[in-house]
Amino acid sequence: MGPSWIQGGGGGGFWLPPAASTGAGPVDTLFYFILAISVIFFALIVGLMILFVVRYRRRAGRDPERSPAHNTPLEITWSVIPLAIVIGIFAWGFKVFMDLATPPANAYEVQVTAQKWSWLYTYPNGHVENVLHVPGDRPVKLVMTSEDVIHSFFVPAFRVKRDVVPGRYSTLWFAALEPGEYQVYCTEYCGTGHSDMLSKVVVHPPGGFEKWLEDASNILNTLPPAEAGERLYRTRGCVQCHSMDGAAGIGPTFRGLVGTRRAMRGGALVIADENYIRESILEPQAQVVAGFEPVMPTYKGRLKDEEITALIAFMKSLKGENKGGQ
Amino acid sequence: MTSHDATHRESAAAVSAENALGGEHYLNHGRGLWSWLTTLDHKRIGIMYLVSILAAFLLGGVFALLLRTELLTPQQTIMKADTYNQMFTLHGAVMIFLFIIPGIPAALGNFVLPLMLGAKDVAFPRLNLASYYLWVSGALFALISMITGAVDTGWTFYTPYSTTTSTSVIAMVFGAFVLGFSSIFTGLNFVVTIHKMRPPAMTWFKMPLFLWGLYGTAIIQILATPVLGITLLLIIAERALGVGIFDPALGGDPVLFQHFFWFYSHPAVYIMILPAMGVISELMATFSRKRIFGYAAIAGSSIAIAVISFLVWGHHMFVSGQSNLAGMIFSFLTFLVAIPSAIKVFNWIATMYKGSVWLATPMLYALSFLFLFGIGGLTGLFLGALATDVHLHDTYFVVAHFHYVMFGGTVMGFLGGLHYWWPKMFGRMYSERWGRIAALLIFVGFNVTFFAQFVMGSQGMPRRYYNYLPEFTTYHVISTLGSYLLAAGLLIVLIYLIHSLTKGQPAPANPWGAATAEWQTPSPPPHDNFLRDPVVDDPYDLERWRWDAELAGYRLEGAAARPAGAV
Repeated sequence: MGPSWIQGGGGGGFWLPPAASTGAGPVDTLFYFILAISVIFFALIVGLMILFVVRYRRRAGRDPERSPAHNTPLEITWSVIPLAIVIGIFAWGFKVFMDLATPPANAYEVQVTAQKWSWLYTYPNGHVENVLHVPGDRPVKLVMTSEDVIHSFFVPAFRVKRDVVPGRYSTLWFAALEPGEYQVYCTEYCGTGHSDMLSKVVVHPPGGFEKWLEDASNILNTLPPAEAGERLYRTRGCVQCHSMDGAAGIGPTFRGLVGTRRAMRGGALVIADENYIRESILEPQAQVVAGFEPVMPTYKGRLKDEEITALIAFMKSLKGENKGGQ
Repeated sequence: MTSHDATHRESAAAVSAENALGGEHYLNHGRGLWSWLTTLDHKRIGIMYLVSILAAFLLGGVFALLLRTELLTPQQTIMKADTYNQMFTLHGAVMIFLFIIPGIPAALGNFVLPLMLGAKDVAFPRLNLASYYLWVSGALFALISMITGAVDTGWTFYTPYSTTTSTSVIAMVFGAFVLGFSSIFTGLNFVVTIHKMRPPAMTWFKMPLFLWGLYGTAIIQILATPVLGITLLLIIAERALGVGIFDPALGGDPVLFQHFFWFYSHPAVYIMILPAMGVISELMATFSRKRIFGYAAIAGSSIAIAVISFLVWGHHMFVSGQSNLAGMIFSFLTFLVAIPSAIKVFNWIATMYKGSVWLATPMLYALSFLFLFGIGGLTGLFLGALATDVHLHDTYFVVAHFHYVMFGGTVMGFLGGLHYWWPKMFGRMYSERWGRIAALLIFVGFNVTFFAQFVMGSQGMPRRYYNYLPEFTTYHVISTLGSYLLAAGLLIVLIYLIHSLTKGQPAPANPWGAATAEWQTPSPPPHDNFLRDPVVDDPYDLERWRWDAELAGYRLEGAAARPAGAV
């Protein structure tokens, strides 16, 4: 096993998108085999149907001819041949599936956390991001779980998909063929933002991944807090629900938020100070702003204190009109 | 009096015996709304079901058109994300629970089953009426859910989403629970009726194949539906009482729900398709004017499908994290269930061989069924194979596949059956020309709508997406335009069928020349179904029935002096 830089990715076509992993080729071969079988049988069925309709159409003065109402050898033939074909397809499908279900021992492991409606990838050094960066020169294994409801991780270019279930871990692996960016979808319906629960896999050329990881893990030390905060806002799942421009999303906008007086569900008025924001991140259901649903997952244990501080610095930097975005 | 006059008068008398609209029949046997609401007549209950399920079909269809319109553009077109999510849930729930499952058995089956047996009614007429009122109650709960914060879980109610969302899941789930009992009652009634009320001459292997289809369906309804009922109650228990069964936050297992749900809902796919296959068997024989080819194989395959259908539910869960061993077994059994369906298709085609194929409207739907169900079945091979399913699972490929099976199969069978038995139900013929135009329009519109979905699905477009990436726009636009064509076709059907109720030509007893018993009584039938005992010994001996131009229908050979209605 292992990536083959020589064979390159399949180009994609009318039916399938470009194939960009080592596992995609065998899946595509099977796909096209089943397609060929289907076309042959469909042509047979519809061809005979049209032939009989035309040849034996009702005409004045022509009665139906007598013919046997059953024929055992014929009926056995048209039962056994399809049976043999489908058992062949079954065995082939199972074989390729098992290859795809067994990660190689040298796979690079990334933890995946799904939540409404974002993907978070945790690297072995503790760095967390919402884009999946992977090395291009070794297989990658994802160990996935969900914070809330069932999601499903799907990369069409790699022909891989696996449900991500709360309360348990599921795994998936792939070995990319070429550096590049590949689309990730959530394919298990999960509510309002299901169709926006998108992400990318970025496959780095050899050596590129390690360099990226080192830079990315260091932002709290290398960037001013507000900028580091913005990076966290974009990579840790805030951006899906909280806008920067004053428009209300699934959650309140961050623009002009800090320091304002806000009405909660139940009528209480609260000043949105640093402690309120910290509480909203760690215990989102404790106080919910009026007009919004209590749908935010907790970030307790998932954001460090310094990261929360950086996020607050970022939110403070978003001054200006709060245009009804609460 | 000239001899010409005498002939004319005789033929007029014959027509009135063939067509009962001038005299008393089941539609005017009792008058007023109350006589309908309290009727125990299977024919009237069938008609009430028909009107009700067609209303559900219309509602589900309007939802579908709104959804397709929303999908014209990659971003918001006419509705918000939450509305879209509620609407695809309601589209699925209404179409499946209120229309397709009861469609053929409860509407067409109720009307036809006792007539085919030459019987007066089903075994338990009161239970039959109770099942109708359960349907109405279930539909009311569904409506309550729509009004009080429409459910947004998808018709599959997957946990823990369904036990945590803020929409009114309980009302919809309870509605589906009640509808389940309606389905069980109908199934029970049909099993007992078929066992106990067949006339002596009708042995099991002399039953019309439509009855084999209904029988297989009824067995599944009785055995599988209770599991759905229990599962739905468990969802209610979890939501209302916080009992942790499916939600891991309460110590439950969310994948367990999927096993329970599909244990019912996969056999339910066959609840939907088996009766349609039964209809197609009748249509292929009648409109080819041939004995059905391979009767025993078609009958046996209905039962084989009913049995194997219980053992394939796990193919909905190939990427859910169930064990690889389970995946292997379910994949294997899934391929086995393909064989009985293939056998039926081959037999239907062989039935046309050397026949005299009459392309009347019902036959056009039967041929559409063969074409579309062929595609639906063959694309199932991609989904049954483990490796390819991983890529295609939960994409538009699956959406296209099950619409080819459910709409291309079941709804085509339903429309074929509706056009076939319409003259018997209401005693009037519809416009054959408009019938053919609409059938063609529906066929074309359907393919435009759903074939595009195969392609975008295998290209990676996930299902249940409100927004989508711009690269899929062309497919979505084609699909939406196709759905308008499809809707136009269905609208034409609605118009000419309603028009025919008052303006249609009076129908003879046997307009198509079929040999089953329901064609041996006047159209529409009298309250007690038959004026004299019908011939039921061989449902596919079509040669005995000869075209009679004066009747504009078929007449049993040797029965010239004794038209169907005569005592």
